[in-house]
Formats: sequence, C-alpha cells, structure tokens
Amino acid sequence: MGAVSLGLLWAVMTIGVFITYRVLNIADLTVEGSIAMGAAIAAKCIISGINPYLATCLALLGGMAAGLATGLLHTQLKIPALLSGILTMIALWSVNLRIMGTSNISLLRMGTVYQPLENLGLNKTYAIIVLGLLFVFALITILYWFFGTEIGSAIRATGNNPHMVRAQGINTNTTIILGLIISNGLVAMSGALIAQSQSYSDVQMGTGAIIIGLASVIIGEVLFGSRNFYTRMVSLMLGAVTYRIIIALVLKMGMPANDLKLFTALTVAFALSLPVFKSYLNPLRSLFKEVE
Amino acid sequence: MLLVNGIYKVFNAGTVNEKTALQDVSVELKEGDFVTLIGGNGAGKSTLLNCVAGVYGVDRGSILIDNNDVTRLPEHKRAAVLGRVFQDPMMGTAANMGIEENLALAYRRGQRRGLKWGISRKERELFRQQLKRLELGLEDRMTVKVGLLSGGQRQALTLLMATLKKPKVLLLDEHTAALDPKTANRVLEITEQLVKENNLTTLMVTHNMRDAIRHGNRLIMMHEGRIILDINGQEKKKLTVEDLLERFGRVSGEEFANDRALLS
Repeated sequence: MGAVSLGLLWAVMTIGVFITYRVLNIADLTVEGSIAMGAAIAAKCIISGINPYLATCLALLGGMAAGLATGLLHTQLKIPALLSGILTMIALWSVNLRIMGTSNISLLRMGTVYQPLENLGLNKTYAIIVLGLLFVFALITILYWFFGTEIGSAIRATGNNPHMVRAQGINTNTTIILGLIISNGLVAMSGALIAQSQSYSDVQMGTGAIIIGLASVIIGEVLFGSRNFYTRMVSLMLGAVTYRIIIALVLKMGMPANDLKLFTALTVAFALSLPVFKSYLNPLRSLFKEVE
Repeated sequence: MLLVNGIYKVFNAGTVNEKTALQDVSVELKEGDFVTLIGGNGAGKSTLLNCVAGVYGVDRGSILIDNNDVTRLPEHKRAAVLGRVFQDPMMGTAANMGIEENLALAYRRGQRRGLKWGISRKERELFRQQLKRLELGLEDRMTVKVGLLSGGQRQALTLLMATLKKPKVLLLDEHTAALDPKTANRVLEITEQLVKENNLTTLMVTHNMRDAIRHGNRLIMMHEGRIILDINGQEKKKLTVEDLLERFGRVSGEEFANDRALLS
C-alpha cells in the first residue's frame, strides 16, 4: 500500500514529465531541481507556520518560475533545451539550499495536507491514497480541458511540428514556455506532496527524478497505452504506481537499495531502445516467414 | 497585394561558404495574380518565398503585403495574412493530431487564442463541407490522425488549411514535388479550384515547366538569385516548354540544365 500511495504522488510528477517529454517533445532536466524546490518551499513554509495547502500552492508557483527560467534560456537565449534544463537544475540546487537554510528539514509532528483525513480516522497511508486519487483525477480533468482549448491545442501542435505552428500564426516561443511552466509547476507540487508524505524535505531528493518520471511514462504507455488524451493521462498515473510496485518487489526480493538507480536507469535505457531491438528483430521475423 | 522591393539575401556571409541567394529581387503581385515561379536548383525561388514568409530576414530591401511593411515582422506575425504549403507533406500539418484539430488550428490563424474549446460544433460542420469538396473521402475521417494520411491527402489538407481563412497571399513552395504524377495533378487541380474560388493572390514555386506554363496568369523565371524572365497575360498563354528553354538560354547565356524540369 505504501508503494501505491507513493506512486500516486509521483504520478503528479509523471504527468509533468509527460507534458515536456511527450507533448512538447523536449527532455527537460529542470524537473530534478523543481521537484526538490517544491519540497523545499513546502517544508520551509510549513515549519514557518503557513497552512499546508497554501504551502503546496506556493510550491506550485516556485516550480512554475523554474519552468519559466528554462523556457527563457531556451527560447530567448537560444540555448538547446537539454542544456537549458541542466542550467536551471544546477542553479536550483543553490536556490533550494537558500530556501531551506539547511540541507534538510524534518516535518515530523507538523500539519500536512493529509492531516484532515487522518483526523477522520484514516491511517496516513490511506489518507495519502485518498487525497492522491482525488488530486490526480482533478488534475487530469483540468489538464484534459486545458489541452483541448485553443492555447492547449497550440501547445500540443508545437511538439508535433513547430514549422506548421508558426505558419498558423502562433509564436512557438510562447507555447514552449507555457508548457515548461505548467510541467515544472506540477513537478514542484508533486515534490511538496511527497515531502509532506515522508515528513521531510531533502535537497538531494531530485537526483534521478527525471529517470523515474520517464520510467513511469514509458511503463504507463506500454502497459496501459491508449489514444484518448484523458485515458492517456490515467495510464500515466497507473504507470507511476506500477513503477513503485516494481521497485517495492525487487527490494523485497533482496536487491540492495543502493542499486535502485542503476536498476531504474537500465530499465529506462532498455525501454527507450526498444525500437532499435524491434528493427533487428523484424528482418529475423521475415526470414522465418520465408523459411516457413 | 505583395510588393517585394530590391531584396538581397546572403547566406553564411563572410565565410568560405558565402552564398548570395537573392540579388536585388523586385516583384509586384496585383490582387488575384497567380504567379508561377520557376528556375533551376539554387536559383533562389524557395529563398524568395521564405523571405516573404519571414523564415529568413532580408539583408536589404523591403517587403510589403497589402501596403503594410512586414520586413521586420517575425514569421508567426506575418502568418496572419499568409497561407503556406510546403514541399514536404510532413511540414504543413501536425501528424499526431486529428484532421479536424489541424483545421481548427488553421481556422484561428491571425486571431488571439484563448481558453475557449479548440473546436466548436459549428466549425466541425464547416470543415466537413470543405473537406467534402476535396473529394478524397476525408469528411468521414475527421478525427483520424493526419500522420495516417498519404502525402497527397496531406498536401490537399494543407492547401485547405492555408485557404480556410482567406490569406492575402498564398505561398506554394513546390508543393507537388514530392508526389507521384497522378497525385500531383489532383493536388494542382485542387489548388486551381481554391485559388479561383477565393480569388487568391498566389505565388507558386515549381520545378516543372509544364505546370508553370499551364497554371496561373503570369510566369517568372529566376536564375542565380535574380529574376530573368517575367511573362504575362496573352504572351504566357501561348508559351511552350521549347519557347521557355530558348528564352532561358538567351537571357542567361546557359543551357537550362535541370533533368527534373525537362523530364517531368
């Protein structure tokens, strides 16, 4: 159950990664910094006595600012998208330390967004699952609406074919920046929710986050893939949960926790190289057919 | 409607790869003019079109569309008054989006885009009627992803997208070059039809001399970044491929060496 609750919170981040990686067709590394930033902002706000819900919204704003920074580096200063993301990510490390004042903050015995549900008698894990489900489905509904609007359609088309989008009178710089803002806002919000669920925020928590996000996107698409934008986002949520369950299983089977990132990286590398393997397999298959 | 005023364009200026693509090119298109633009490889046809569209800035000279100076406007701002179809059928549409979604994007060319739903029921009906007239059966497949269409279907769709919102100038950049001859002819027929119905001011680049002669009311030939021939009205109607080759030889002092133009 712990894996499911954690998966739901990472699903928010997965949807953010999906917006850049699949919708905009950009591999955005900003997320490594913005997820930790969300956690940092939420933790600092909560220990300063700010309402946890407000703190989570402030985390959203912080992430959006990070996305804006990457977007400006990429579109205005013409730095390649990958490098722009790395620059913001590195800068955020220092920013996050500044926000927190130390390298980690404990939220034990502090109010969190899950508190009201816990007060109703749910244990924390179930409180996270209930809130996570509500939140993720609300988010998916809002995003489904947004990406169906005129602006949303323009963002989707930008990742598809920027030439065509400019020929239709749309400024692709604007659509790219908007996409990055939304994506990183969600990632930071996810960071805020995760920090509150595990009761601490750590400046290192973003390390490898992009790979976890990509793994979840790919698992979701491969296992639950679908055409409609709404069900596509639902499949991302399922992908994020499945990833957590797989990790919990391999840990139970005795894999050392230190090897987790290697395991995840190899899984993602394998999934991303599937098209290459398929093209190797296809000639073989046709060979077999000829033999038959 | 379109006034190109003494434009120059040099690529890679100051390097060993320096290439003068356009030298003092001036041309004026009146409202309703359908100009075919022909020339060999590297003559500057596509560069001229891209300069008008704002893909490249010009080094000197100015470009006016309907008496508005657009020389300094970025590509997406000029798009408000331009319709464009590209040589590569992949370039004009968003492959992962549906036919109706592509049309809806095009239908809002030049307008502010807000948080209204991207396509309305009324528009869907309009798109269906327009698609029907292409006679490609696309009206029954409006939600199909454009990536699943053939090159010819995509070019026909791009043409419709370019003219759905009447442009001041329609720019066609060898839009049939990547198609097989039969499909190319069908797309040219559709082009004729749309241009005529909307009385569009059109600039069509082509490699094919016969197409350049058969279509439009005016023919312009370019060579090494300059306009070397400009044939109009009655004279254009009587033109043959042999005439064109002969006149090209006289003006440029060279043979028209381009297999694609001669053989097709």
